Amino acid sequence: MAEDNYSMYICGVGGQGIIKTSVIIGEAAMNEGHNVVMSEIHGMSQREGSVSTELKIGDFDSSILPEHSADMILSFEPIELVRALDKANKDTKLVFNTFPLIPSSGDKPYPKIDNLISILKENYNNVLPIEGNQLAIDAGNIVSLNMVLLGAVTADDNFPISKESVIDAMKNNLNPKFHDLNLKAIESGYEWIRG
Amino acid sequence: MNLKELVTGKKGDKQFLLGNEAAVRGVIEAGLSVAATYPGTPSSEIGNILSFLAKDANIYFEFSTNEKVAMEVAATAAASGLRSFTFMKHVGMNVASDSFMTTAYTGVRGGMVILIADDPSIFSSQNEQDSRHYGHLANLPVLEPSSCQEIKDMVKYGFELSEKVQLPVIVRTTTRVSHMRGIVEFGDVEDNSSNGETHWKKGTFKKNPAQFVPVPAFAQQMHIDLLEKMDEVKSISNKSDLNKQTNDAGSKIGAIASSSAFNYVHDVVNVNNLDIDVFKVGLSNPTPDKKLVEFLKDLDEVFVVEEVDPILEKEVLIVIAQNNLNVKVHGKLDGTFPMYHEFNPNIVKDGFNKYLHFYEKEEPKLTDSLKKLISEIPNRAPVLCSGCPHRAMYYGINKAAEELGIPSEDMVFASDIGCYTLGINPPYNAADYLLSMGSSVGDGCGFSVATDQHVVSFIGDSTFFHSGVSPLINAVHNKQNFVLTVLDNRITAMTGGQPNPGIPVDGMGDEAPEISIRKLANAAGVKFVRVVNPLNLEQVIKTYKEALEFDGVAVIIAKSPCTLIKGFPKRPTVQFDERKCNQCKKCSHELACPAISFKDNKIVLDGAMCNGCNICVQVCKYGALSAGR
Repeated sequence: MAEDNYSMYICGVGGQGIIKTSVIIGEAAMNEGHNVVMSEIHGMSQREGSVSTELKIGDFDSSILPEHSADMILSFEPIELVRALDKANKDTKLVFNTFPLIPSSGDKPYPKIDNLISILKENYNNVLPIEGNQLAIDAGNIVSLNMVLLGAVTADDNFPISKESVIDAMKNNLNPKFHDLNLKAIESGYEWIRG
Repeated sequence: MNLKELVTGKKGDKQFLLGNEAAVRGVIEAGLSVAATYPGTPSSEIGNILSFLAKDANIYFEFSTNEKVAMEVAATAAASGLRSFTFMKHVGMNVASDSFMTTAYTGVRGGMVILIADDPSIFSSQNEQDSRHYGHLANLPVLEPSSCQEIKDMVKYGFELSEKVQLPVIVRTTTRVSHMRGIVEFGDVEDNSSNGETHWKKGTFKKNPAQFVPVPAFAQQMHIDLLEKMDEVKSISNKSDLNKQTNDAGSKIGAIASSSAFNYVHDVVNVNNLDIDVFKVGLSNPTPDKKLVEFLKDLDEVFVVEEVDPILEKEVLIVIAQNNLNVKVHGKLDGTFPMYHEFNPNIVKDGFNKYLHFYEKEEPKLTDSLKKLISEIPNRAPVLCSGCPHRAMYYGINKAAEELGIPSEDMVFASDIGCYTLGINPPYNAADYLLSMGSSVGDGCGFSVATDQHVVSFIGDSTFFHSGVSPLINAVHNKQNFVLTVLDNRITAMTGGQPNPGIPVDGMGDEAPEISIRKLANAAGVKFVRVVNPLNLEQVIKTYKEALEFDGVAVIIAKSPCTLIKGFPKRPTVQFDERKCNQCKKCSHELACPAISFKDNKIVLDGAMCNGCNICVQVCKYGALSAGR
């Protein structure tokens, strides 16, 4: 397998912009000349339910990640990261937003975030929590949460696509009215990881 | 990407497309004239995009009342010499199958492609049937793309093949192909400009009863003609590049695969450097027997990898037997791969490993505290959206039954296909039986004959038009006794908000006559027809009580728009006064609205999520919840 193969699992809750974010990454990869395949699930009441995409850049035909094979899991919500851990190995980068969205079903109590982070750190080498909601609000609007997380992805040293290409793909996919806000949000996510 | 580029894109352009978007580009390149569908996931986006692009692309497009009608629209267009396209999910194909089976006999003049989207693992369906059987059942060619590029190319090729042999051609996809994204390079677009006043091209139907009217005398010959045409497709299949060896390791072990299963085979072989020859089947019916013999003759063992049923595997066994080959077959029939659900790289790898022993499974070592955390995270079950009008009807029927003193075991709820199937969940518990689109009405007929229980059927507006009308006529004529609730939320909500005949807009966004459900019920002879506003709980409960006491078929039409309809004005958010809250939990426990949760022993209202339906305001006895302004 080629060195620059890179797989991501992106997850969160319906309505957070998970599919749009994934498409931007995929399009940026294509524009840089990589092969890229992506999987997404549409349909029955995904609003407020778990949503995920799988993205593979490099020499792949299938869009589904084997178990424990992700280079990065990007989660828009803490427990959705936990739900996705069968895709992780010890070195997978676990980038996630720390702001919880409590399920209305309420079948089990929501875990404490500090506890969740420390348990993850005992098991994985690259645990990267982000105060995404706060960064998005600081950038100007909570709806730019997905852009904060997109910026965080580009800060990973192994990520095969440049930040510039990701920004170009963002501009091609989102309303120009929000470009400035989105750029600010992308930078803040990037700085959070680099800083 | 701007979707208009699917029309304006030039040869050589590359786009990162969803499989369903690639299918649209395929029909545009093929110069399609007529398309018809009934929405169903995983095929729905094709219709949404065609609806948006139809005029720019000179295509007539309609959301038909059901798949059988869509099949008939496409079949007659193709009989008139135009290229036509119909597409649906696998279960929709069951509805279409009556007219479909005979379209194989009549054949076509213009190219006709039928795309059927299967849903292995049942992400949003009621079963996971394998639509390739329809190709065998009707004797029609089946194409199985595995990538977005192939969807575009095979859809386009489907029209050429269809015209060459004068038969409809099936393109079978699965969820992982329809909802996969990949890079698609565009090809040339064939001209389909209008030749009349409409924006789509018109054809001419040349009469020929011997071809198009399958009375027995003609149909007997038609069957023979069909088999001859399929002989021709068989020789095409044996020459086609769609069926070819993709990996030549010079090995004694091979794999034959199609559709998304091929992708897993390709990646597992590549990633693990396995010594396996791989053959990809893209035109799978008729089976490319000669090509398979060439591939199989030097092998000792072969894996056949396919989702859902062992169709290709049985064909391979036939080829082996007929040609006296000595090749052992590993597939679903010997338990190498499962007979159900979609595959993934791990399933394929494990299947290969049963005979090749190339790896030992190693689970990452996790601490006990992480294992505990994983097992204790709360579920995120799909729920009715906040502000959904259906919620009030489910609350209302339960209240009405309670006030009339009917125990819950004496209430039978026949449900149907749509968002409202979520009525199965607590606290509503209002779905006891479900078969298919429109079945709630037919099931209501049956339960009312077979039991003395109170029967209440639920059906959506689109589903009612799809196949709820004829069983309603059945119910009245046979003097049956049940309550039918038509949940008219003014849209086909579950599949993403497509129009239906109850709405004054058609599939191309033009004005269209609105069909009245109330008048239809009246015309069918229903004596109890009421239209209620579901957001008025008192009216809902009162009407349900009257309907439950009515002797005969009672129809209640609950008319209130889905909160997801674009451009729908946002209602003011409900206000919550914590000081007045008595913590009775009625609002959170009896309504299960995602905007209301019970957190740290307190009711919490999420204002960002609330859609202002005010149902909770009517349920709260203490005035803690009040209508916003």
